[in-house]
Amino acid sequence: MHPALQGLITIIVGVSGCIGYFYFSNQFLDKVLFPARGPNIGRNINRANLVRPWLFLFPALLALGLYLAYPVVETLRLSLTERVAGGGYTFVGLDNYKQLAIEPKFWEAVRNNLFWLLIVPAASTVFGLLAAQLTDRIKWGNLAKSLIFMPMAISFVGAAVIWKLVYDARPMGQEQIGVLNAIYVALGGDEPMTWLTIPFWNNFFLMVVLVWIQTGFAMVILSAALRGIPEETIEAAIVDGANPFQIFFKIKLPQISGTIVVVWTTITLVVLKVFDIVFAMTNGQWETQVLANYMFDKLFRANDWGVGSASAMVIMLLVLPILVWNVHNARKEMR
Amino acid sequence: MDNIAGTKSTLTWAVNLSVVALVFLWLFPTLGLFVSSFRTGDQISASGWWKSMFPSEQNYTLRSAAPDTQVQEGALYVIEGNLFAEGKGGEISVWGISSKEIDSFVPGDTAELRKGGTVTVDAAGNYRMENTEPFEGSRGTRVFVTAVSPPEFTTENYGRVLFSGSGNDKMAKAFFNTLTVTIPATIIPIVVAAFAAYALAWMDFRGRALLIAMVVGLLVVPLQLALIPLLKFHNGIGIGKGYLGVWMAHTGFGLPLAIYLLRNYMVGLPRDIIENARVDGATDFQVFTKIILPLSFPALASFAIFQFLWTWNDLLVAKVFLIDATGETTVMTNQIVELLGTRGGNWEILATAAFVSIAVPLGVFFAMQKYLVRGLLAGSVK
Repeated sequence: MHPALQGLITIIVGVSGCIGYFYFSNQFLDKVLFPARGPNIGRNINRANLVRPWLFLFPALLALGLYLAYPVVETLRLSLTERVAGGGYTFVGLDNYKQLAIEPKFWEAVRNNLFWLLIVPAASTVFGLLAAQLTDRIKWGNLAKSLIFMPMAISFVGAAVIWKLVYDARPMGQEQIGVLNAIYVALGGDEPMTWLTIPFWNNFFLMVVLVWIQTGFAMVILSAALRGIPEETIEAAIVDGANPFQIFFKIKLPQISGTIVVVWTTITLVVLKVFDIVFAMTNGQWETQVLANYMFDKLFRANDWGVGSASAMVIMLLVLPILVWNVHNARKEMR
Repeated sequence: MDNIAGTKSTLTWAVNLSVVALVFLWLFPTLGLFVSSFRTGDQISASGWWKSMFPSEQNYTLRSAAPDTQVQEGALYVIEGNLFAEGKGGEISVWGISSKEIDSFVPGDTAELRKGGTVTVDAAGNYRMENTEPFEGSRGTRVFVTAVSPPEFTTENYGRVLFSGSGNDKMAKAFFNTLTVTIPATIIPIVVAAFAAYALAWMDFRGRALLIAMVVGLLVVPLQLALIPLLKFHNGIGIGKGYLGVWMAHTGFGLPLAIYLLRNYMVGLPRDIIENARVDGATDFQVFTKIILPLSFPALASFAIFQFLWTWNDLLVAKVFLIDATGETTVMTNQIVELLGTRGGNWEILATAAFVSIAVPLGVFFAMQKYLVRGLLAGSVK
């Protein structure tokens, strides 16, 4: 069967199954289980209304529980066990974590991740803020915004290919087809560099890719926040003789600090899970390993589920403060 | 805003220039790949893509027609023709007949051939070889030319990647596979989440606040944690690796954001409409399908774009839950990573393949940017 046709059939079956569940379960509730007629009509309607929220919620709760909540618990359990030959698992306590602690590759990943966490959110936010502030003041600002925002739509893998071309190196004497080396040689660099294999610094060349993608996101959010600033505060500052830099740093920035924190944490979450860029560009070679890729290596190349799960828990641990903070904020808001 | 009180900002020029620089910097890498996808492999390795927009001077080694095409004109044996293959061309600036001296002659000059006879080449590449004796040998004479070629682009790469390629070069199947993953993985979570969001927004029941807090918490759980437990689960219930598994995984991972976005939007809908409908005897199911869903279109569109971009661009989930050893169900992102490994130097294939996969999300992005921005704002600014 042609893949397109096969795809179409599966789409129809999947989606109609989904809609069918909601329709028929509601029909069943109203017509069969608690029909809104007969002697107990009032009681039946009340009962149906007690059940209905859970009918509406059931598929979502099932999926959330099974695909997000249960894995957290299961990963925790797996990280404390080891597979034994012939199937089955034994409890090994913290052995997997001890194993992690003595692996140099793990510490390399932790070190690199820390650099990613420091630099990418900061750089994206700063560039985003710069772009937001500048584009808000010009006529073709919306077009400019759209173009800076565009990398958001490009996959990490696509971005990896785009930037590999930028970093491409040809042997000495040949025409350089990577922009970076062309500039480097034109400026008097003696030898074309293979940028992605220079230990330590290559991490920064990988980070550039994510900053390039995330700046647009930061810009869009911060631009909305900048527009939300009450104009009176700025007018007052102008009347008092503030120059544009003072207005920006002393008037605008403090008023959008809350949004900056939100942008920063959102990008931090992206960074913690960064996998595709490293996987496609260096695959963790030349000291560019990061936690998510390290975990993937352990799980699917070394097939070591215990240590892999342990490193997944390390990522979870890093995310936990943000999770708690988010939940705290959401609850505060609801009150 | 800064121009009030009659002070025209002196920074306007500086601002415009910086924005131009910023946009240029952000566009340049993508543009490079885009331009490269329209060049042949030889062109890509001969010069940087940024030079391809301008006429370029290049050296070619060309060959005249073989001696068996010669004709006799009186006492002379003559071979005539054009050095450039059909469809190519350029303006010859200098030429030569030895690889050591490729610039000995200018167009219009006549050179003595080593094996006897003469050759004349003009700027357009037309040549005329003359000899008093027949030309011998099976191949033509080599001519070395330096020519300025106009910018030249080809859509051949796209033909190869989309239709005629073989093995890893061919993206058509991966394209359909990606589409097969993406569409149900976008629609199913919307349906599931819309019902749940309605319940969380407009139905009263015990534990509602707790459930909302749980959704917010799950928003940030890294999906890395889910890989092994879910793979075990899928293997356990017998669906293994395949479309069903990847749809379910994407649905699960997309739900927290979907519920969160939709609930926030639905809570803001006017209470009067909903209560009036209930008074008029509408059931919850009717209220939901006839009132809430149509009104929530902007939020539904926002999430649909998010989920579409995310599932289309995803590599990790597809790698873990979909792609098995046969590689029949490979998606485009995965195929591009494989191309990076096996054909890292063939930029024409790589660039074209990458652009085929980028084109669809870019189209969606530019068409529906409004909703994307709205969704981003609803999702992060509180």
